[in-house]
Amino acid sequence: MIMSGKKHKGQSEFSRFIYQLSKNKMAMIGLAIIILEVFIAVFAPAIAPYGYQEIDANALRQPPSSAHWFGTDEIGRDIFSRVIIGTRYSLSMGILATLISSAIGIVIGAIAGFAGGWADNVIMRALDVIQSLPGMLLVIVMSAVLGSGYFNTILALSVGSIPAAARMLRANMLRQRKAEYIEAAYSINCSPARIIFKHLVPNSISANIVQMTMGVSHVIVQAASLSFIGLGIQPPTPDWGAMLSGARAFIRKSPHMVIFPGLAIAITVLAVNMLGDGVRDAMDPKLKK
Amino acid sequence: MSENKSYLKIENLRVEYFSSKEVVHAVNGVNLRMHKGKTLGLVGETGAGKTTIAKSILRILPDVGSRIVEGSITVDGQDLLKLKENDMRKIRGNDISMIFQDPMTALNPVQRVGEQISEAVRLHSDMSKEDCDKRAKEMLKMVGITEDRFSEYPHQFSGGMKQRIVIAIALACNPKILLADEPTTALDVTIQAQVLDLVAELQKKFNTSMLLITHDLGVVAQVCDDVAIIYAGQIVEYGTKEQIFHHPSHPYTVGLFGAIPDMAGDDEWLHPIEGLPPDPTKPIKGCAFAPRCKFATDKCFNETPVTHKTPDGHECSCHNMKEALKEEEK
Repeated sequence: MIMSGKKHKGQSEFSRFIYQLSKNKMAMIGLAIIILEVFIAVFAPAIAPYGYQEIDANALRQPPSSAHWFGTDEIGRDIFSRVIIGTRYSLSMGILATLISSAIGIVIGAIAGFAGGWADNVIMRALDVIQSLPGMLLVIVMSAVLGSGYFNTILALSVGSIPAAARMLRANMLRQRKAEYIEAAYSINCSPARIIFKHLVPNSISANIVQMTMGVSHVIVQAASLSFIGLGIQPPTPDWGAMLSGARAFIRKSPHMVIFPGLAIAITVLAVNMLGDGVRDAMDPKLKK
Repeated sequence: MSENKSYLKIENLRVEYFSSKEVVHAVNGVNLRMHKGKTLGLVGETGAGKTTIAKSILRILPDVGSRIVEGSITVDGQDLLKLKENDMRKIRGNDISMIFQDPMTALNPVQRVGEQISEAVRLHSDMSKEDCDKRAKEMLKMVGITEDRFSEYPHQFSGGMKQRIVIAIALACNPKILLADEPTTALDVTIQAQVLDLVAELQKKFNTSMLLITHDLGVVAQVCDDVAIIYAGQIVEYGTKEQIFHHPSHPYTVGLFGAIPDMAGDDEWLHPIEGLPPDPTKPIKGCAFAPRCKFATDKCFNETPVTHKTPDGHECSCHNMKEALKEEEK
């Protein structure tokens, strides 16, 4: 990497990363959409023209109009308001579940990667068991066991992604563990914990960060699927997946009831993926300029 | 070179690396003495066990796959190999520290260099973070890097500067013994000279003893007081720099000097030592160097050579020392 001029002095990996990312148009569009959605989620009650449970008995399954921008559903609730409020659930579940699974995965992976030997074997085989189950099935089982509700659903969504995060970190750590600076760290008397968390993890974590951004969209889709089959977030909470699920009986007669929540999911996933691609490119050392 | 003056003493050190299939005898009964404030050059080719000796002194050999079979490493009368890990931790990085071979990889790429120096200080003192940082800045200045580069990352420095930082880390706690593992191998010649001067200057300033591991006899000539020649995990010749350079007595040492190209003459060919070092997985019978030695007799293949005194008083382990000496005289 060539350092040009004073501007880059004292530049950290992080600020270089931000700089790279900011030059990527697609990633910036994705980021803008996500920021907009976060803004919508935070101020949802103020933005939504109606309450999410408010019923207009005179307007059942109305197509979009000036009074109801996205139309109304089968019991006369305003779909626009429900999509707006639903942003809170879908987005926060996607982000929280990814953070939880990554955090747990990183700690497990760090221990396995550092310890090696039989400890590594036991941990990795246990993760193999989790990973051998189809992802969606695991989420369904976890959700059924834990019960519905916001936090239980987040937990159910987290479990499935732990092995991937742990595996990723462990693999990178195994490579870093042999590096000379780790030996050097031992030679100045660093404790194992210090070596793991101060030296090994910061050097091994970049792939996990990319995985996390990608993971968010995956979790959002999974959450929607979960709501769709009736687990996870329960009606009348306006989760996008739950809205899709409720509207599927009317898909022929009133397609707008499916289109708008579906569009919300699609846009969010697209935005997250665009950002994720940007993050991956910005972190790839081969693309460093 | 009397016994009582030696500060670090290694006796009969034997280190093995092992996997499920085979055992590698890396160090086979090494005896070394190092004097206070002096520099001992440890010279030998790749795989001779030089780095293993340094790591044994610090006890940072990997837990899995290596073991110190026997021997003692005494510093100031204290056997490091018998110390509890807790006591060892007070010594490691504090009394004894190490400069690593490759500055490109010896620094943590995502940590600011200042923090890396300051970390070394903090791990051995009760000083506050500010004081440690101050000390780190002093160290930076001492190795010729301005303070304002404290919060830069390793990738922003050149190779020579990185090696200075590695040296700053090693010297941050004023160690009594410095283990320099080929500190200049990865650097080009002009930077080599700078780094060696720097180390020598700092060493004089703090009266540090240094074990300089190298395969470059030029570096030895410039820096060392004493020299030990190591071959296949054994010290074959040990003496002061003058003794070794003027009267090399072991055929291997003679071969090493013979391999240096003659700048004045017009040689068509280089003069390498024929053959390869012995397979370290097999136990050595007789003299390890015998298969490559032109003076080798039946005795060399069957009897382990004992250490003799040469006419000028240094030590050499060879059955045919006199023949080798004669050859060198020519």
